[in-house]
Parts: sequence; C-alpha cells; structure tokens
Amino acid sequence: MLKDITLGQYFPGNSVIHRLDPRTKLILLVAYIAALFIASNFLSYALTLGFLVICIAISKIQPKAFFKGLKPLIVLMCFTGIMNLFFTSGETLLVHFWIINIYLEGLVRAIFMILRLLALICATFLLTYTTSPIALTDALESLLRPLGKIGLPVHELAMIMCIALRFIPTLLEETDKIISAQKARGADFETGSLIQRVKALIPILVPLFISAFRRADELATAMECRCYQGGEGRTKMKQLHYAPLDYGAFGVLALLLAATITLTVFGL
Amino acid sequence: MTPLLEVNHISYTYSAGTPFAHKALDDVSFQIHPGEFIGVIGHTGSGKSTLMQHLNGLLKPDEGQILLGGQDIWSDKKFTRACRFRVGLVFQYPEYQLFEETVYADIAFGPKNMGLDENEVDRRVREAAGFVGITEQQLKASPFDLSGGQKRRAAIAGIVAMEPELLILDEPTAGLDPRGREEILDNIQAYRQAKNATIMMVTHSMNDVARLADRLLVMSGSRLVLDGTPEEIFVNAQSLVDMGLDVPEVTRVFLALEKMGLKFPGVYTMEQAVRALTQRKGGGGHA
Repeated sequence: MLKDITLGQYFPGNSVIHRLDPRTKLILLVAYIAALFIASNFLSYALTLGFLVICIAISKIQPKAFFKGLKPLIVLMCFTGIMNLFFTSGETLLVHFWIINIYLEGLVRAIFMILRLLALICATFLLTYTTSPIALTDALESLLRPLGKIGLPVHELAMIMCIALRFIPTLLEETDKIISAQKARGADFETGSLIQRVKALIPILVPLFISAFRRADELATAMECRCYQGGEGRTKMKQLHYAPLDYGAFGVLALLLAATITLTVFGL
Repeated sequence: MTPLLEVNHISYTYSAGTPFAHKALDDVSFQIHPGEFIGVIGHTGSGKSTLMQHLNGLLKPDEGQILLGGQDIWSDKKFTRACRFRVGLVFQYPEYQLFEETVYADIAFGPKNMGLDENEVDRRVREAAGFVGITEQQLKASPFDLSGGQKRRAAIAGIVAMEPELLILDEPTAGLDPRGREEILDNIQAYRQAKNATIMMVTHSMNDVARLADRLLVMSGSRLVLDGTPEEIFVNAQSLVDMGLDVPEVTRVFLALEKMGLKFPGVYTMEQAVRALTQRKGGGGHA
C-alpha cells in the first residue's frame, strides 16, 4: 500500500541525534557529505562509513527502516556500480571477455562508488528520520535568512516547503482511498496495454487534483482568517538554540573531516 | 436459508511488522442472509470501515476467510474482481470520487467495467438515477455542478447501477443537512423495497438504525461484540453506553422512566413509544 512508503518519514524518539538542533543536523549532513567525497582510499572510507553506522546505532532507529527506504534506489546504485565496473581502465586486468575488460581498479572503484551512494542516502535518511518536517523547515529558514538580504523570500519558501511536506501523508492517504473506491467500481489498474493503464489513472487523478485544490483553498482561507502575512517581523513560538550538545557534535564532525582529509592527502 | 456472505474468523493488521502496526479486526465472524437490512454501529476506530473493505475483496484478511455464495472470495483472481461487482461498496464521502464529465458517464463507470453492452448500461444508469432522484437534466450536467446532497446521491447511484447482491454503505449520511439525510435514507429504503435488496449500512445515528435495520452488528475495539435484532441490542442499553456508544433518543427517555419505576420493555422508535404510552393510558386519548 502507498501508506507504507517510508521516504521522508519521521520516527519520533529521544536519542542524542533526535535532540540535536535541526540546524546542526543540516550543517553536519553537508559536512559529512563533503567528507564522503573527499574520502578516496580504504582507511578514509572505513572511517566515514564507521561514523555513519555509529550514528545510526545511537539514533535507535531500526536498520529495517533504512533498507526499506533504499529499496527503490537499488537500480540506481546497481547502474552506477556497473558503469564504473566496465568503463574504468587500469593496469591489473581481472577478466577479459570479448570486448569487455574488467580491471581491478574498476572493481574497487565500483565498490567505492556504491558505498559512497549508500552512505549518502542513509545519512540523508538519518536526518529525515530523526527530524520532524517542521523542525527541518525551521532550520532551513534560519540558515537561509542571510539570503533574504539579497531579496530571496526565505520565509515564504520555507512555508511552501513546510506545507508541501505536511500534505504528503494526507494526499497519500487520500490517493489510497480513491484507488480503493474506484476499485470497488471495478476499475482495473493492473492489466491491459500501456495506454489502457494510463487511461485507468484518470479516475484517480481527477478526484485527487480536485481535492488537492479544495484543500489548498481551505488552507489559504484558514490562514487568512488568522491574519497570516509572511515573514516580516514574525516571531517564533519555538526558538532554536544551540546547546552544548550541538557544539560537541560540531567538534566530532570537524575531527572526522580533518581525519578524512589527512588520510586522503597522505594516502595512508 | 443459505447465507449470501459468510465471514469466518477474520483478523487484519494494518502496517504489519512496522512500529505503526495496528490490529483493526480481531476474529470477526458473522453471516449475511438475502433480504436482510443490517446496521453496523461502533465507535470511531472500532474497525467498521476496515471490515466493510474486506467484504468486497479490497483488503485481504491476515487470517480467516470470507465466502460469497459459498466460494472463498480470494480463491481466484477473477472471482475477487467479480466480487467487487456482486458486493457494492459505497465509501464514506463518495462524492469525492466523482470524476467524469457528466453524471451519466460517472454512474456508467461501474456497469461499463462489468463489460455490459450499451443498452444494458443505459437501462441500469437510468434505473439507478431514478432510485436516487437524479433527473434527466442532471444526468447531462457535470457532477461538479451538483449540490452536496445531489453529488452524494449520484455517487451512490454509481454503485447501485452495478446491481450488487449486497449493497454496503459506509456512513451514507455523514456531513449532510437533515433534509439531505432524510432523502438518502428514503432512497435506500425505496431501493430495498423495489429490489428486495440486501443492505448493510454503517452509521453513527442510532435513530436511523433503530428505524431501518432489522439486524444490528456492534463493533468495539476491533471485535464484533454484539449481533442481534435491534430489540435484543437496545435492551442492553447500559453495555452500549459503556462502549462509548449511544442508544436512540427515545430509548434514553424510556430508560430514565424505568429508573423512576415505570417499565416499558423494548421501546426504541417513536412509533413504539406512542404505542406503549397509549396502551398504558388504557388505549385512548393522546400519548
């Protein structure tokens, strides 16, 4: 069922990772991704991957949730791996078959590439799994505020994102309901030619669009009723504050970055 | 009499195996016989809607089976699809599923999916529209130009047009004004009388089930806790109240009278109340 989609889902909890300031988590994610791309040899990879595994363990989120989220991305990862495997040339030839040459360097690179993607995706999941969408948009708004000076409507963008995230589960639920209801009238989505299947989507899409517009309209009215008007001079009910925990986390990641750079530069 | 539909010990859990797992049905069993009008009542979240979606094969029970005319509805893929036509399910707020350009085309969606020929589809659409009081002019209009109550009735016609052996309605009167509610209930009754149809209706209105249903199922905490005639169920008014449910307003008055020492057994509709009171007065005068 559509409801079982885990992408972008938040699992409430009270671990150290959960309690970090969302801004810290966002900055750390960017820094971690940088470390991932700097890493280029066995030791630095081991270090960055080990760090992620420890973070996941601390967050107390079941590894199952990560596997489930990775499922739709398996094709992409396999594709990347295969491209690297076949199209990297090197010195040590492992397999030679017709026009296909597989080198040791290609194999290593393919494995590193897949691991890098895996870590990248899992780290992003860790952020969305441990941070509520509202906290995340709050953090984005706070971090992007300097761009407001050059005319970027930061608050509006954050609000749009917040509303979009908020309505994903609602719309999924609605889609589920509409699919069931049309199935009850004998709609068939699983058989027939491609054109027939695309046509079979009309009974779902029309009601879904109508209800999305209706919801948007109602929400706009409700916001206007509460005299909502943009970011200028608006204060927050929940103020974001960096705590000692956040400074500690910055420290840990600075160490990780430094170690990765050292390992890479000195080729250890 | 052989049952039309037989539900044998079904259980169902949503999102099984995740932190959000929730048992929605727990060992539910009952039978439906041709011609019955069954009212299903229960608190929000008691599993009523989940149960309804099992009866036409939209959800597959984790345990137990459902037999339609003696055959397991999950025994064969083709039969499962056929079940959707034989057991018509009207969802909550069905007007949100209208999508065609005209009301006519929308009502015809189900019959067309059944693979019926043009004439038969036309006959069924017109008959179904007649039952719910949709006029010839409204059939040609866009469903989005109708009023709320009319949209609801057009959506119900879309299911009725499939001429199901069992018609299930999930809170057909939710969110309508009193007049819209009466119209829909009258439509359902007219349809039942004309077709001698078997009907199952989920509702929160005790007054409606007391008046219409000849059998009641009471759901509570994912289980089917009571199954019997309205008399049998409403006699245990206290147990209904304990489940967070209500009894018909008339019954409430008579329960209060009982506490004061006046006994009137089995009163749950206005007509019965009038009869009981006139009898007590000695058969004459105003109640």
